[in-house]
Amino acid sequence: MEVLPVGPEALLVDLDGLDAVAAVGAALRDALSRGELPGVVDVVPAARTVLVTAPGAREALPGVRSLLAGVDTTAVPERGAAGTVELDVHYDGEDLELVARDAGCDVDEVIARHTGATLTVAFGGFAPGFAYLAGLPESLQQPRLDTPRPRIPAGSVGVAGEFGGVYPRTSPGGWRLLGRLTADAPTLFDPDRDPPALLQPGTTVRFRDAGRA
Amino acid sequence: MSRALVVEEVGPQALVVDRGRPGWAHVGVPTAGALDGPAHALAQRLVGNDPDAAGLEVLLGGLALRVTAATTVALTGPPGGLRVRRSGAPERVAASHQPVHLDADDVLVVPAPTSGLRGYLGVGGGVAVDAVLGSRSADTLSGLGPAPLEVGTELPVGAPTTVPAIGTGAVGVSAVPDAVVVTLHLGPRADWVDDAAGRLRAGTWTVAPTGDRVGVRLEGPALERAPARVGEELRSEGLIGGAVQVPPDGRPVVFLADHPTTGGYPVVGVVDPAELAVFAQLRPGSSVRFAPVAPPVP
Repeated sequence: MEVLPVGPEALLVDLDGLDAVAAVGAALRDALSRGELPGVVDVVPAARTVLVTAPGAREALPGVRSLLAGVDTTAVPERGAAGTVELDVHYDGEDLELVARDAGCDVDEVIARHTGATLTVAFGGFAPGFAYLAGLPESLQQPRLDTPRPRIPAGSVGVAGEFGGVYPRTSPGGWRLLGRLTADAPTLFDPDRDPPALLQPGTTVRFRDAGRA
Repeated sequence: MSRALVVEEVGPQALVVDRGRPGWAHVGVPTAGALDGPAHALAQRLVGNDPDAAGLEVLLGGLALRVTAATTVALTGPPGGLRVRRSGAPERVAASHQPVHLDADDVLVVPAPTSGLRGYLGVGGGVAVDAVLGSRSADTLSGLGPAPLEVGTELPVGAPTTVPAIGTGAVGVSAVPDAVVVTLHLGPRADWVDDAAGRLRAGTWTVAPTGDRVGVRLEGPALERAPARVGEELRSEGLIGGAVQVPPDGRPVVFLADHPTTGGYPVVGVVDPAELAVFAQLRPGSSVRFAPVAPPVP
């Protein structure tokens, strides 16, 4: 673990893998919710880092550092502790053939591997409600498109690198698209709901094949 | 009639802003909020509002608002005045940075400033649109919060809670400079840039015309990748306002309130929070130099 300053009011915890990110993120968020880190505003886990911000409260950062010094980075929160969400997908994505070719299998097998995976929300970001899902089988861990698409419809289900994801709203993006959520899928982000994001760090996600629309 | 502002004319951009919605970055929600925080805070204070009240951020003027009830307003940001139209009376000019009392059906006009970019309008009682995740701010990146003002937009205004400030003629205002030197705290990824401290100290950059509420791009000497990091790809990591990110072309970007919550290029340094507000006001072509300092040890 390396702790890097991000200006005078934030820290970046640099870690060596998603498990350590999950452990550190959970430890910080738990301390925050117990009121033990007054002044800390955001705890932002990402692929190999956790950002901790304390705008206007730099005096909060020494407490963060001492908490970090005592964190067990192998204490990964139990899978499924944050609940399980099942999402129904029409597997008719534009990149299904491309993903099948790079995975060395046919389209049906891509669908079987994607629906067979038990994924976990590693972290959020990119857009409100977007969740980076860890746990893809290796054959589905594929690069982004060389040229991002200017407009990806809300509900599109894709893969990029080690992560899977679902676009919560229409946006540009470069992920390889496998399909789209069914019309009756739950809303991924609703600011009037508590919590607003359906997929929280630690949430288990499974995709189900809903057939053609 | 209920207390409201009715938009009659609008310039390049006018937005409802408050102090933003911090605390949601982990689900991809930007902080948003007034880019020039001190100017917004002063506007609220001048009209007697709570610091959490919402006002308007007006890019390059051009805004005309009719008030449906007697109201106190104050314009802050770059120096300049506002104009008040009242039927049957000649248009009058009122100074910025002090409370201005309006009657029902007066129209206030925010002209373009002669320096800087963004004016902040406080309205007694605050702009009372519905809050989203605890904030009334527009967010130009994610689309949360109220839409940008358009002709015909009607904004509800709350009831004033305290009396407006009086005797505030002492607020000092100076023109926004066209050249600044800002303190830059090196890190977290300064080691990804070749001789980061030396090049940042030596260079002079120019504010590009493409700046917006997400960030300001700087044109000038390219910051090159450190030889040891060439070809290496940084995984996306959390960002904060004031972070200076170095994309592959080496032209730094200073992130502002509507920045994405994560980014995949190295952040070479962070503008000191006390000096960030000037980036809300620097016009394209302004010159920026950095005074890099070693990262603070908390």
